[in-house]
Amino acid sequence: MSTVILLLITGLGLGALYFLIASGLSLIYGLMGVLNFAHGSFLTLGAYIGWEVARVLGADNWAVFIASVLVGAVVGAAFAAATEFFLIRKLYERHIEQVLVTVGLALASVALFDGIWGTDPIYVTGPSWLGGTTEILGASIPNNRFILILAAVLVLLGIVAFLKYTRYGLIIRAGVENRSMVTALGIDVRRAFTVVFAIGGAAAGVGGVLASSYYGYVSSGIGGSLLIFAFIVTVIGGLGSLSGAAIAAALVAVLQQFANFYLGGTGDFVVVLLLAVVLLVRPSGLLGSKA
Amino acid sequence: MSTLILTVRGLSAKIAGQQVVEDVSFDVPSTGVTALLGRNGVGKTSTIKGILGLIERRGEVTFYGDSDGDGDPGVRLDRQRTHRIVQRGIGYVPEDREVFSKLTVAENLRLAERDANPRREFVAELFPDLVARSGQLAGTLSGGQQQMLSLARALINTNRLLLVDEPTKGLAPIIVGEVADALEEAAKTVPVLLVEQNLQVVRRLAAGAIVIEGGRVVHTGDATELLDNDDMTRRFLGVHAEAGGQTPADSEATS
Ligand SMILES: Nc1ncnc2c1ncn2[C@@H]1O[C@H](COP(=O)(O)OP(=O)(O)OP(=O)(O)O)[C@@H](O)[C@H]1O
Ligand SMILES: [Mg+2]
Repeated sequence: MSTVILLLITGLGLGALYFLIASGLSLIYGLMGVLNFAHGSFLTLGAYIGWEVARVLGADNWAVFIASVLVGAVVGAAFAAATEFFLIRKLYERHIEQVLVTVGLALASVALFDGIWGTDPIYVTGPSWLGGTTEILGASIPNNRFILILAAVLVLLGIVAFLKYTRYGLIIRAGVENRSMVTALGIDVRRAFTVVFAIGGAAAGVGGVLASSYYGYVSSGIGGSLLIFAFIVTVIGGLGSLSGAAIAAALVAVLQQFANFYLGGTGDFVVVLLLAVVLLVRPSGLLGSKA
Repeated sequence: MSTLILTVRGLSAKIAGQQVVEDVSFDVPSTGVTALLGRNGVGKTSTIKGILGLIERRGEVTFYGDSDGDGDPGVRLDRQRTHRIVQRGIGYVPEDREVFSKLTVAENLRLAERDANPRREFVAELFPDLVARSGQLAGTLSGGQQQMLSLARALINTNRLLLVDEPTKGLAPIIVGEVADALEEAAKTVPVLLVEQNLQVVRRLAAGAIVIEGGRVVHTGDATELLDNDDMTRRFLGVHAEAGGQTPADSEATS
């Protein structure tokens, strides 16, 4: 029983991490039709900058931890908005070139991170509570899982509220459905593109700081390896669907944890299998609108 | 000769590399309803989309809506992006409504509001049903209600020109009448370029008529005169298609 609880909560923590990346991927794809392979780099930069903040201000401190999460969000948002503005926008509607440019940026930024911070992983510490565990029904749960889940829920609620209650949110929801009609109402939909990138980048930046806490280290490859699973989550949830991404993130990560434990480390394989099954049975994903 | 709100000169447009509008020229007067007519697939919708920049286009489109003076030199729309064109005061009611199905009626309208003082009361008076359904998702509205919403989206702003594409398509006769009423009301204050297959509606609303065939303008003139001429309606609009057969409609043959 305690193992099941541990796997479940750890899975949800990992799912929270997937969601922090997948939410942005899904929004960006939904509105612009761009598969953003550079999204992992937003996360990695957030992780490094978050670590720098902790290093300068002192790691074992809640205020510093929260500050590093917020700085990670800002840095991720800025990096993402700049990516949209300087690279993606120039290639408006040229989807293949857009994908290629994001792949190029992903490769180049990893090399840049290696150049700045070295190729060895940097071990991070945070407030001591984060490194500890909490007993739940006999299972010792690492505390950082709770923070991850909390952060993902807050990000989900924040994005939902933004989409529901702001004018940009309205434009984004309408644009996901029919972009050209939005422009035909006199709205410059390209501004919403920058906003969507910034939101996705902020969520990824938060994810970066929390991922370094989850894994205990930062490395230049941290975003890229999570990105693969985030893509799978996005496809399973239905490209462009935020709630689909949330459900799929939890599903994929929990399944992965259980398969790793009970089926001899086959977690990744089971996830890919799930992807194949979803693509065969429901090609538009769990909550996707059309193929 | 009345003043003009829009002139189109040598407009050509492509969709997916295929020429769908070819060297189209016509004028839209600054008052009343002008009908844009022609058989299915001749390029009426593409002409409207070309004016709005929703599809790739070439040619001169000049809009005289920025001043009331006679000496208005007009602004060229053909190099501008769609949202800028619309912001100049051009309302668009697309073929097939294109309401945002996952947004509520109220959200559809709110999204469309461009002006500092949107004409909410005017729209509410014209379409009381939409007020009653403001919280309903637009995708769950009936076809007629969606058409009203699509019209309301355009009429909520003070426009200088309306481009309306087949507003009565697929609607029951009584709803066709309601749509025509709304258009007639709107046309009292704003000129309308109207694509319409229902010739009774054209007869009721339109002053001028432009006929397109194979992506080109083949006739312009008075709407009533055109509709009263059996020979022309048969040739241009195929009203009695089975009696036709002599139509020079080969768009491929004419380069
Ligand atoms: N997306 C598209 N891809 C390829 N061809 C298209 C596309 N849209 C329109 N066309 C072609 O362009 C031509 C003109 O179409 P358009 O919609 O402008 O005609 P229309 O006069 O509005 O017809 P209708 O009265 O049926 O609405 C047609 O031959 C049509 O097949
Ligand atoms: Mg049409």
